[in-house]
Amino acid sequence: MAEISLKINGVSRSLDVPDDMPLLWALRDKLNLVGTKYGCGIGLCGSCTVLVNGSPVQACNIKAAALQDKEITTIEGLSPDGSHPVQRAWNDEDVPQCGYCQAGQVLAATALLARTPQPTDTDIDNAMAGILCRCGTYPRIRKAIKRAAGYMTSPGGES
Amino acid sequence: MKRPQADNSPDTGGQMDRRTFLQTSLLASGALLIGVGHADTASGAEQAGESWAPNLYLRIEADNRVTIVSKNPEAGQGVKTAFPMVVAECLDVDWQQVRVEQAPLDDRYGRQVVGGSRGTPDGWDDLRIAGTAARQLLIAAAAVRWGVQPAECSTANGSVNHAASGRTAAYAALRGTAATLPVPEVASLELKSRPEEFRLLGRFVPGVDNPKILTGQPLFGCDTRLDGMLYAVFEKCPTFGGKVRSANIEQIRALPGITHAFVVEGTDNLAGLMPGVAIVATSWWEANAARRQLKIDWATSHADSSEEYERQAAALKEQPGETLRADGDVEKALGAAVKIVEASYYYPFVSHANLEPQNCTALFHESGKLELWAPSQYPKGGRQLVAETLGIPEDRIHVNLVRIGGGFGRRLVNDFMVEAAWIAREVRRPVQLQWTREDDMRHDFYRPAAWHHFRAGIDADGRMSAFDHHFISFGRDGKPVSGAGLSPDHYPAGLVPNFRLRQSLIETHVPTGPWRSPGHSAYCWAYQSFFDEVALAAGRDQLDFRLDLLSRSFGEPPLDLARTSGTLRVAAEKAGWGRKLSANRGLGMAFHFDHGGFVSHVAEVVATGNAVHVEKVWSGIDIGPVINLSGARNQVEGCVVDALSTAQLEITFADGAAQQGNFDQYGLLRINQAPEVECHFIQSDNSPSGLGEPPFAPATPAIANAIFAATGTRIRELPFRRAGISV
Repeated sequence: MAEISLKINGVSRSLDVPDDMPLLWALRDKLNLVGTKYGCGIGLCGSCTVLVNGSPVQACNIKAAALQDKEITTIEGLSPDGSHPVQRAWNDEDVPQCGYCQAGQVLAATALLARTPQPTDTDIDNAMAGILCRCGTYPRIRKAIKRAAGYMTSPGGES
Repeated sequence: MKRPQADNSPDTGGQMDRRTFLQTSLLASGALLIGVGHADTASGAEQAGESWAPNLYLRIEADNRVTIVSKNPEAGQGVKTAFPMVVAECLDVDWQQVRVEQAPLDDRYGRQVVGGSRGTPDGWDDLRIAGTAARQLLIAAAAVRWGVQPAECSTANGSVNHAASGRTAAYAALRGTAATLPVPEVASLELKSRPEEFRLLGRFVPGVDNPKILTGQPLFGCDTRLDGMLYAVFEKCPTFGGKVRSANIEQIRALPGITHAFVVEGTDNLAGLMPGVAIVATSWWEANAARRQLKIDWATSHADSSEEYERQAAALKEQPGETLRADGDVEKALGAAVKIVEASYYYPFVSHANLEPQNCTALFHESGKLELWAPSQYPKGGRQLVAETLGIPEDRIHVNLVRIGGGFGRRLVNDFMVEAAWIAREVRRPVQLQWTREDDMRHDFYRPAAWHHFRAGIDADGRMSAFDHHFISFGRDGKPVSGAGLSPDHYPAGLVPNFRLRQSLIETHVPTGPWRSPGHSAYCWAYQSFFDEVALAAGRDQLDFRLDLLSRSFGEPPLDLARTSGTLRVAAEKAGWGRKLSANRGLGMAFHFDHGGFVSHVAEVVATGNAVHVEKVWSGIDIGPVINLSGARNQVEGCVVDALSTAQLEITFADGAAQQGNFDQYGLLRINQAPEVECHFIQSDNSPSGLGEPPFAPATPAIANAIFAATGTRIRELPFRRAGISV
């Protein structure tokens, strides 16, 4: 056990964790931030995707203790009221079916749009292929990313 | 986001505990329409700001918002949005006024199941009655207030209006009076039923849980957090049915964070509490880390393997099998045929691979009451299983329904519920059992593999004159295991004059179960691929051949021929069937009917050698009126992607255990492999049916047939890679 400090969604949090505890379980079991989901535990499904300094990282596969000087964004921190353009686009395209993978999808799409504001289909494939959707919402994810890109270029654009 | 907010607050039953009088009618599904009148005076109720619940499905709140209860579990099939839409439509309220609440397991609601695509057809009458009866009571209340005839009043967006006098009253203002009026007779209600009558139904309505999903609020089973909650893992024998001889329990108890470790003797029920070792800790990570130190001596009783299954299947092929149906004289017709086509098809076992691994949270109260938070498709079955296994009366078990991270039939079996309940009673603390991905994939109830040996005779008119089918799958005690049955009346029985179906079964110890569109999701591919071969041998166009097949029947038709061919025509027309394609492109088609829905697909693929990309799928769908256009399209898109995904996958067995455990060995489809899907709904006046399953079955053969058209490779074994095809 070690006491560590993590900066999550802009807030510094102190917590006691086993040395080898991945970020995923620190978030879920120690901080009750349950929006980040467990899917495979070996970095293959992407359900646990969070942003570390703005880049997608699989939280099941990285030790919490290794992230003490980093900015961590979880789905809870993207915008608590769901007003972020990616969240709005996801709702307006009604992407979720079961919804379990969608936190990871939304965060990966957010990172993509931050570096590529007008992504092509290939850009989308490359950025999103790491995140499984068992329900098969891929066609809508593609549409929602394009819709979000539109919302970002015209911030007033309503859903 | 301007959306109705969903709420998972546990129990709406409390509404019934006040001083109320009840009037009940039995609804079609066995649910009760319970009219609730408050004994308070009309004005008293309104002043007190109380809500009015005219029945179990809805409450009119003091602020004129409407709370609509969704009774069924939500697993991504969209019922939590679609069901309340039906109530809102018939109650005539604005969707923006609506707040949706998840019901717990409560027998007064009748069937509370995600399965068989039956939610919509089962709920259709009850939900319309609930909304329509409440609306009629509100009209009657306004008529009493105003001293006018109910027939002079109308409703719109949550208000009753009297056009002649220009008076209007919000529903909330009428709830006190309405509560004193008699509940209308169900038979007297005029229920909306046709698409042209709908204001809300048929529109694109985003899911009511989207705001919580998209902001990461607790919603799913594994998100349940209770004060003082512990986390559990449960190790079972990799060989199905194995029992614990001994385990290093003392050593495990000494590991960091561990609060409990114990052997669960379990039962012989593969779908119940199997033997194993439970480890409980203050965090899941610690429980699972301790598990890696676990040493268990297992007693196993079989060593089932895929290789052995294949050997047995090959031997059974030479046996006559049991004849399930024989029409006409197949052998004679084959003897007279102009051409005979013969082919064998094989598909493997597959896993459900729900993205949310199985889990359940349980709290055993000192009073002896047990509370469960269960992502179950069939919570009532889970409650029965828990009651029988733990010896707790069912009325002492309360089951909260939490959002389910994927169902597909896996969660119709409630092994995870009884495991959590057992562990919770042992530790006397709230506990969450969370399976690993490997637990989930290695302890599934798999879709069984099968071999189909077909022979078809073609007559001088290019029609199928004979169809001979030997079906080899899995059984126990001489009967097909769950998910392995094939109806003797399945098409092409009834569509050809000479037909024979024979069945042979291989004994298995592997747990099997319903898997999205059970049976259909596998054998439709075999049938519709073989039809492609027959049409080709007959020198006929695929569409023409299939429409012709659907144009006549011999005895009772196995499906509605007009509705089936209607969907096929629409899919073919929208896809531009018959258009000129470049040499490396192909179109393929398939029709099907299952679980009340008629669906045909046409797929287009482009090939680079044996690497194919499924570019687009056009779907013709007849499920009666569409309730939520978004949810309906979502199910079609999802089924197509799922079908393509599953056609790349297989579970194999050795030493009585599954050999795949995670996505490195069972790689679901990814976004770069997914096709575009274009849906065309035939909005008939038929009563609506569900859509969680019907679009799946015809998707695999439409794609496989398109791959043949593009590459010349006929896929007769799944997964596709067995034919050298990658997607």
